[in-house]
Amino acid sequence: MDELNDLFFAYSTTIGVLGINGLLALSVWLTLYCGQLTLGNAAFMGIAAYSSALLTMRADVPFPLALLIGALLAGLVALPLGATVFRLRGVYLAIATLAFGEVIRVVILAIPATGKGQGLVGIPPTTELWHIYLSLAVVTYLLARVRLSTIGRAWSAIREDEVAAASQGIAVRRYKLLAFVLGALIAGLAGGLSAHFNFALQPDEFGFARAVQILVFAVVGGVPNVLGPLLGALLFTVLPEILRSLQEYRDIFQGAVLVLVIVYLPRGLVTLFQLRRTRRLQRVGAADVA
Amino acid sequence: MLLETAGLTKRFGGVTAVDGIDLSVAPGQVFGLIGPNGAGKTTLINLLSGQLRADAGAVRFDGADVTASPAHRLTYLGLARTFQGVRLFKGLSVLENVLVGRHVRMRSDVLARLVPFRAAGAGDRAAALALLDRVGLRARAGALAGELAYGDQRRLEIARALASEPRLLILDEPAAGMNPTESVGLRSLMTELVAGGLTIILIEHDVRLVMDACARVAVLNFGRKIAEGTPAEIQADPLVREAYLGAADG
Amino acid sequence: MLEQIYNAVFVGSIYALFALGFTLVFSVLDILNLAHPAIFTVGAFTALFVMQAGVPAPLALVIAAVVCGLLGVLLDRVAFAPLRRRGAPPLSAMISSIGVALILTRLIQLRYGPDLQAYPAGSVPSGVLDVGSLQLDGLRLVIIVVALALMVGLTFLVRRTPLGRQLRALAEDPRAARLLGVDVERAIAATFFISAGLGGVAGVLYGFATNSPYSQMGLPFELKAFTVMVVGGMGSIPGALVGAYLLSFGETASLAFLPSELRDAFAFGLLFIVLLVRPNGLLGQKSPDRV
Repeated sequence: MDELNDLFFAYSTTIGVLGINGLLALSVWLTLYCGQLTLGNAAFMGIAAYSSALLTMRADVPFPLALLIGALLAGLVALPLGATVFRLRGVYLAIATLAFGEVIRVVILAIPATGKGQGLVGIPPTTELWHIYLSLAVVTYLLARVRLSTIGRAWSAIREDEVAAASQGIAVRRYKLLAFVLGALIAGLAGGLSAHFNFALQPDEFGFARAVQILVFAVVGGVPNVLGPLLGALLFTVLPEILRSLQEYRDIFQGAVLVLVIVYLPRGLVTLFQLRRTRRLQRVGAADVA
Repeated sequence: MLLETAGLTKRFGGVTAVDGIDLSVAPGQVFGLIGPNGAGKTTLINLLSGQLRADAGAVRFDGADVTASPAHRLTYLGLARTFQGVRLFKGLSVLENVLVGRHVRMRSDVLARLVPFRAAGAGDRAAALALLDRVGLRARAGALAGELAYGDQRRLEIARALASEPRLLILDEPAAGMNPTESVGLRSLMTELVAGGLTIILIEHDVRLVMDACARVAVLNFGRKIAEGTPAEIQADPLVREAYLGAADG
Repeated sequence: MLEQIYNAVFVGSIYALFALGFTLVFSVLDILNLAHPAIFTVGAFTALFVMQAGVPAPLALVIAAVVCGLLGVLLDRVAFAPLRRRGAPPLSAMISSIGVALILTRLIQLRYGPDLQAYPAGSVPSGVLDVGSLQLDGLRLVIIVVALALMVGLTFLVRRTPLGRQLRALAEDPRAARLLGVDVERAIAATFFISAGLGGVAGVLYGFATNSPYSQMGLPFELKAFTVMVVGGMGSIPGALVGAYLLSFGETASLAFLPSELRDAFAFGLLFIVLLVRPNGLLGQKSPDRV
């Protein structure tokens, strides 16, 4: 029992990061599920991470409230952003959201309160593992149920054919915007939790590399259902920890898996675990983002 | 009039694809729209169904000005369509396609869904299955739409359009790719639907089907309406013979 | 003032070289190749590698160009060709290229670490130009000239040669190109060779100019290249040239009214605004909003 405890303690950081990565993977799953590739979630995470950390550090706001405000702030930024960028499609949408992410990073670097390039240090380490995993469980459950609802069906229709979806009476841009804002809220929640888990924040944590990483989780895991992104997060968080020798080669491993999955398993690893019939019924993944 | 257009115009660059079209479609009939390739038929229905925005002119649906209404709003108001070349949700099941078609007539079930294990919308499922019955696809409800044969895909697309309970249904070349038996089936389905109060605008290359099925026919050429009347009048019109039938024969 | 203009021309030339390769692949194949910045970096480090073995700088430039060109062809075979055969959407290719970028960048780090490197002392030619009272870096002039020559060469290649005609046909309509007898796979291989070769040259030249190549040096250029391409119109070669100099001069001018931390915000703000106001770019024709 003690050994188990030790193990748990030794890996508690990894376990926490895993849960946060799971939330992030789910945040981008939403837009991928309706066929849109967006790369803004790292920035939403950053917005919430900085704002919630500043609230607890400088304004003595209670942790749960700071978490909530941070996530809402991310959602609030996503609303006008989504309303404008969803005029764009495909690669243009990806570039626009990426540019937004860079703007946020540069802005963080320019505001004195964020500690600029030095980062923000001394954030109260309030986040407990159960906070992370409770959030993850709730978000996973909600998304799994929403996927089955009329909203989820509308998202699927948009992914399959936007023009046909609109002619079935689906307000395409409104549904895309909904997915985008919900994604931002979840990324924001992950950001707040992560800030109070890690003690310090650096602007570079929320740049291009993070945006790509989040996308990789979801795409490699697969988009057909909410388990795919979680699987992706699990694979890329835990495997490098288990195989210590992989640490150095982590990016190579990650890059190779990404290429292999896109080429040979375009709907993600999760399709390996699905029954043949459901796999047939739910073909969706990177292969459907266009 | 259920649908009226006045001076409807759409330009692409220098080309005027639809040029000052006036149409009035009375309720409870099949209204045919014919013309040679590139006459502007598809552009016209894209304007009517809100996929494209007109450069000039107006569209009225059931008395209300809908010129600037987006496609999803028109579906809500009671206008449904199929596409030339079929646009199904190929990765979704046959049943799900029809359920998406019912989108505007369904209440959002998100809150109900959040309760564990609860499945919602039994009534909508039943309605969707009934529609599949009607077009003879009930047995394939669980198949992927993309796996259906072409003729079946066409019928599924019609079922999906009907699922929104439209008052006006626009069919864009529904008989293309159908065999003669399926074509006859389509013909009798249209008759049934019109008897039930639906209005249909039919765009079709198969002149015989149009002449058989339609109460009135409008003929387009180079974006303009060159004739309108009963099938008999259209067949007798020299302009039409020259522009359309002549072109088709020769 | 003159010094700033000189600098803006230099930076714009690097932007242009970088973005040309990026744009070429996009215009022919509709792929946003996110491994391009990694290839840029590979170029700088290939030159470092051979120069440490005593190869002179001009030859190192040529070697790096060829190595990167071949790497580009390999990249296509591994990461894009299988997707093309399956008819996967272009964004799959973009995601696949991210994987390759991760691998290449890490490989460089395994050999050279994450820190700034330097070319062997005295191996990079240097000199100073006296223009009136100003002293300008002579190496940069050489770089500008090389970059301009390559831009002219590429434009000539695309406009005037049989290969260029094939590439344009392919960009227009791959199926028609095949029917016209274009060896599509060969033309695509040529596209990647040229694109990656240009990327590699850009990397070497930038590496020489700063004399501090590092494993992530491509990343800022990737983000700038998005701006360049979008401003010029995605897939437009003349557009990329115009966009590159517009951006470099704009950035230089922005320093007059923006604090230097916000210098990058100019590029991304510009990118953002052009995307929303004029998504076809200033010279582009391809519509981003095809129905």
